[in-house]
Amino acid sequence: MTIHDKTLSRRAVLKAGAGLAIGIYIAQGGKAFAQTPPARANVNIAPNTFLLIKPDNTVTVLCKHIEMGQGPLTGMATLVAEELDADWTQMRADHAPSNPVLYKNLVFGVQGTGGSSAIANSYEQMRKVGAAAREMLVAAAADAWQVPASEITVENGIIRHASGKHGGFGEFAEKAMLLPVPKEPRLKDPSSFRLIGKEGVVKRLDSAAKSNGSAEYTLDIHEQDILTVVIARSPKFGGKVASFDAAAAKAVPGVVDIKQVPTGIAVYAKGFWPAKTARDLLKINWDDSKAESRSTEQLLSEFRALSKTPGRVVRQNGDFDGSMAKGGRVVEAEFVFPYLAHAPMEPLNGFIKWEGETASARFGSQFPTPDHAVIAEVLGIGIDKVHLQTILAGGSFGRRAQQTTHVALELAQVAKAIGPGHAVKLVWTREDDMRGGYYRPFGVHRMRGVVRDGRIEAWSDTIVGQSIMKGSPFEAMTFKDGMDSTAYEGSNEPPYELANFKCDLHQVDVGVPVLWWRSVGHTHTGYAVEAFVDELLEAAGQDPVEGRLAMMGKKPRHAGVLKAVAERADWKSAKLEPGRARGVAVVESFNTFVAQIVELSMGEEGPVVHKVWCAVDCGVAVNPDIIRAQMEGGIGFALGHILYAEQTLDGGRPVAGNFNSYRSLRINEMPEIDVTIVASSEKPSGVGEPGVPPLGPAVANAMARLGLQRPRQLPIVRGASV
Amino acid sequence: MAAFALKINGQTHNIDVDPDTPLLWAIRDGAGLTGTKYGCGVAQCGACTVYLDGQTVRSCSLPVSAVGKSEVTTIEGLNSKEGAAVQKAWVALDVPQCGYCQSGQIMSAAALLGLNPAPTDRDIDLAMNGNICRCATYVRIRAAIHGAAKSLEG
Repeated sequence: MTIHDKTLSRRAVLKAGAGLAIGIYIAQGGKAFAQTPPARANVNIAPNTFLLIKPDNTVTVLCKHIEMGQGPLTGMATLVAEELDADWTQMRADHAPSNPVLYKNLVFGVQGTGGSSAIANSYEQMRKVGAAAREMLVAAAADAWQVPASEITVENGIIRHASGKHGGFGEFAEKAMLLPVPKEPRLKDPSSFRLIGKEGVVKRLDSAAKSNGSAEYTLDIHEQDILTVVIARSPKFGGKVASFDAAAAKAVPGVVDIKQVPTGIAVYAKGFWPAKTARDLLKINWDDSKAESRSTEQLLSEFRALSKTPGRVVRQNGDFDGSMAKGGRVVEAEFVFPYLAHAPMEPLNGFIKWEGETASARFGSQFPTPDHAVIAEVLGIGIDKVHLQTILAGGSFGRRAQQTTHVALELAQVAKAIGPGHAVKLVWTREDDMRGGYYRPFGVHRMRGVVRDGRIEAWSDTIVGQSIMKGSPFEAMTFKDGMDSTAYEGSNEPPYELANFKCDLHQVDVGVPVLWWRSVGHTHTGYAVEAFVDELLEAAGQDPVEGRLAMMGKKPRHAGVLKAVAERADWKSAKLEPGRARGVAVVESFNTFVAQIVELSMGEEGPVVHKVWCAVDCGVAVNPDIIRAQMEGGIGFALGHILYAEQTLDGGRPVAGNFNSYRSLRINEMPEIDVTIVASSEKPSGVGEPGVPPLGPAVANAMARLGLQRPRQLPIVRGASV
Repeated sequence: MAAFALKINGQTHNIDVDPDTPLLWAIRDGAGLTGTKYGCGVAQCGACTVYLDGQTVRSCSLPVSAVGKSEVTTIEGLNSKEGAAVQKAWVALDVPQCGYCQSGQIMSAAALLGLNPAPTDRDIDLAMNGNICRCATYVRIRAAIHGAAKSLEG
């Protein structure tokens, strides 16, 4: 589906013949350009292109990043349109298919979306696509009109010569496509940008389809004789099927088959309801001999004990122990962080049709390259025989990027188990999704510090946590000295000048699958560092903003957002209503700097956040309104979790199964939000995640100014139901 | 299994399903209308919101056997002036992020404006707090409802 134009089928465009579409891609690290192979070529996996220009003048950008809400379809189209001098109304966008050569993320080296990297890694690449296409279109027009290319201008999608000759992109696309692709097209100077960084010009390309029900998600895929598959999985992580009785389940009308698959017992039915009804009738004995059976309380006492012993040192400077020994005001704080489910609105799912020699899969694949490989491997066919198309995903927050490829694996396994010739849609229920693991890791930070003469003299942060990356293909990239850097990122290098510093880690194995969750390690390190520095500054008698700034001499971008937010919120002199207080925090994640000030009061259940001021420095701001939207959404997402969310284990079984036990923020709890985008000419960085980390500690710090303890165990309102 | 003649968006759909089947799945798998979403299955998130004779219901928790001759309206059949105003405001403010909950949000918002043409923030809280948005687009949902209300004035 093309978001803007449902009638456009990429395949149809390709089959329409050479010259219809201009196809351009940048191969290998954005250094070389090449033209798309002729459309008549037998392209199995990918139309080798980022860009299609149709005779009707529409320009479709193929986006290598998945659209799960953060706006990459619009972002990529913005970058191309800027350099192409297109009119925004002619822009369209669609997901690129899986092809690691053409569509690899320049940060990861494989095709995938994550780490708030979409704009950061595509900024130059997609601008070059637009610039190259523009030069080719101009050359084609110059040739057609027999005028020098230098006399031709392009504005709002119209190619024009001083003689009055003019035409649209569609008119010259066929001719342009036959020209050599310029290797180093000239990029605009940012001072002449018309779209990048401009307010009110670029609108999201997917808003209309997402407002009238026509946007297609994986759950919406329908084909003749499609089978819906639900799987009964072990209630404990690591449990296996010992035996099962499917007699009653098989008798449910609409059930087509029941098969044992590696992850459990799969029910294949004509529609979701018979599949789920039958699953509820399965009688399964589980072998829990290798399952994780600890409860959360047990994990906490083990983690807590470990946190009181030295871990492996991640980084240290000065002499922490020596400084502590000199006395002063000693502050110690233990922070406990729960397992968190991502719970995207669209639970996990996938579609595949295996035809024996070939297969075609469609779903919200966030890591197409490894997903693609595992599907081919399970089905025993070449990767070139598998077509994988990423489509819109109903949220992710990290959940659809799986280092284990477990959903793609399970999807291929259910296709294989029933045999070729079936269109199958694997659906996880909300409960499957919530109890299915891959959580933000449970963990403890034990912080110790000392204040002498109004200064923070020593600081230590002992972290106990589970590695996200261990055993995954990302281990090599993320491990340093045998330790998972995502377990301590942010804690190892607070933005403050601390003379005597130590950060150490206990990396613990637990049989609960864990995963990156919107802002990864910063979800807990941001809280620990920012709540603790605030507590120490309070002990030192310093203002939270001025005190931070005084220690941020080497961190101008941190200081920049902190100053900006303090000014915007009138931190120094604002008069607050009685019962209200403000707290502040600043966190860098994914090279983006965010400071937030929270104003809250205490309600019956817990904090009521009235307003959040947010300042963000993400380098060059490509789409300001999308940046604001991500700050707003990140704040709401963070607030809901910091207040209410935790997944607990009872004898190894995850307890929360739905939104009645895993409480989500609702509209009545959403604060007013004021976002300031700090002007910057630094390279653009991401915004999907960085709005999350500062919110929690800012809430904690505001609570402290009401005389309460900064919450030591999250969520703040524990045991909350709806 | 039983045969049901469901009136959805003015059309009759003959659907043969178990009487306990939630209306949501009759709409999606039976009638093939996929704008109405599954989010929780237990009337907690509102992604499945449709109208039954003009009243909002959570279709995930209403058995198809309870629908009877009532008229079902889904996002695909939302053609009230309030619905159009809400959808226009949603696009104008670029409300959706992932978009998955927005059909339900829009159904609830249009129903609110049908009952209350000038809702206060408090009215919006009461009418919309059954619709979860995990992307937390709530700031814009609120602004878009006010915008739609304004556009319907006069």
